[in-house]
Amino acid sequence: MKYLMLVCTDPDYTPGQDDGAPDVEDWVTDMDGKGIRLMGNRTRPASDATTVRVRNREVLLTDGPYAETKDLIAGFDVLECADLDEAIDVASKHPMAWAGAIELRPFWPDDQD
Amino acid sequence: MTQAQERIAGIYADGWSRIVATMIRLTGGDWDLAEECAQDAFAQALQKWPRSGIPDEPLAWLTTTARHRAIDRMRRATTEAAKLREVAAMQPDPPPYARDNEIPDERLELMFTCCHPSLNLDAQVALTLRSLAGMSTAEIARAFLLPERTMGQRLFRAKQKVAHAGIPFRVPPPHLLPERLPAVLHVLYLLFNEGYGHPGETRLAQEAIRLARVLAGLMPDEPEAHGMLALMLLHDARRPARTDARGNLVTLDEQDRSLWDAGQIAEGTAILDRALRRHRAGPFQIQAAIAACHATAAAADQTDWPQIVGLYGQLALVAPSVIVDLNRAVAVGMADGPEAALPLVDAIAGTGQLDGYYLLHATRADLLRRAGRMPEAGESYRKALGLAPTEAERRFLASRLSEL
Repeated sequence: MKYLMLVCTDPDYTPGQDDGAPDVEDWVTDMDGKGIRLMGNRTRPASDATTVRVRNREVLLTDGPYAETKDLIAGFDVLECADLDEAIDVASKHPMAWAGAIELRPFWPDDQD
Repeated sequence: MTQAQERIAGIYADGWSRIVATMIRLTGGDWDLAEECAQDAFAQALQKWPRSGIPDEPLAWLTTTARHRAIDRMRRATTEAAKLREVAAMQPDPPPYARDNEIPDERLELMFTCCHPSLNLDAQVALTLRSLAGMSTAEIARAFLLPERTMGQRLFRAKQKVAHAGIPFRVPPPHLLPERLPAVLHVLYLLFNEGYGHPGETRLAQEAIRLARVLAGLMPDEPEAHGMLALMLLHDARRPARTDARGNLVTLDEQDRSLWDAGQIAEGTAILDRALRRHRAGPFQIQAAIAACHATAAAADQTDWPQIVGLYGQLALVAPSVIVDLNRAVAVGMADGPEAALPLVDAIAGTGQLDGYYLLHATRADLLRRAGRMPEAGESYRKALGLAPTEAERRFLASRLSEL
């Protein structure tokens, strides 16, 4: 199964809560090597986002993110995992699970699958 | 009910979850189809068995019937490639199960899936009652005083999440068990307490005990599973004495101990003793040991309170909570007198954490009454009375208040 892993910052982050967290480069190397991480990257902050809507055939743009959430998306990864338990395990090894939060979204399956 | 119907009801109670679990695996995780086919198999049994007699291997008959129904449904309902492959996986028609004991018991897989921590607690409870206890949506809704529609939506969403999020249908591997087993225990114990809190509603408590037996039987090496079963049995054994004829609550010290179920107490203590021999005492085993102290005392004044104080101290180490501290204070009050316990209760009250908890005030009131400090006791009884959640508890507190 494929999962989108949204890497989020925690506005209530207190320094020290991620003491002992794994290193992100090690995580990437490990998960790439296992064929679990298919792709991923950091994203620029919400202030650099542009939201696109089409209403009455007109393209409407908003400067900023779609939803003003407290948790900010800092990056994403695409995972290929056997099941949710494996995805949880992979996510819990990412340093941002310690310093922030990670949301796992299963992909809508392809019709061919 | 005719004799045949009664026997079918008994087979349903034990067989429903077995068949649903098997069908979930056979359909590749289609919970709705699994339930529908299990239901259909029982409907056919109700129709046929009273006339033809109950087969020697009823579980095999029901599973085979459910499986034929599933294959049939999948063939007819869909032309999608994926579904056809699923049907192909069940082909060629596997030989029907001939014997009940040939069918793998997958209820443990079902329990861990229903109680997966990625589901919220309400969803875990609802799924457990539907899939494992075999209660209908309407019955579950009634037990939780919710509209049937709301419960139906909750079950629908929970099953969707299991399927779409990729929650595996399995018993977690050993390294995950320490974090996953407590979730299963928590759900079953919550069900037991729901039933225990409402003396008229024993169904949930009985289902919880039945499922706890299944869990303990399937996990012989997990002492906490056995500790929880023992705890349920010991609490439940006192049920007949917990209320009087008018439905008023009877406190432990005033209960008629001859009404307690002696056989169930013996069973509970035996299960607990075996679990404790593994020397891995957890919160459920310790709570069961406390319950056993009460259940095995011949009279209220022969209760081994110093032992109970020690057990609450142990419980506070493995599962610290302010409620445990309050219970320990009550035990201290019994072992060493109200004057020894009042400072402990006042310290708990000082944290402010239990301000809205009627038992804090009721406990304080009782200690003050026994210490002869009547005006203060009255004040605490009135506070407790304003916070007590059930009519039976309010009646009890009001009668204590009037006796001051």
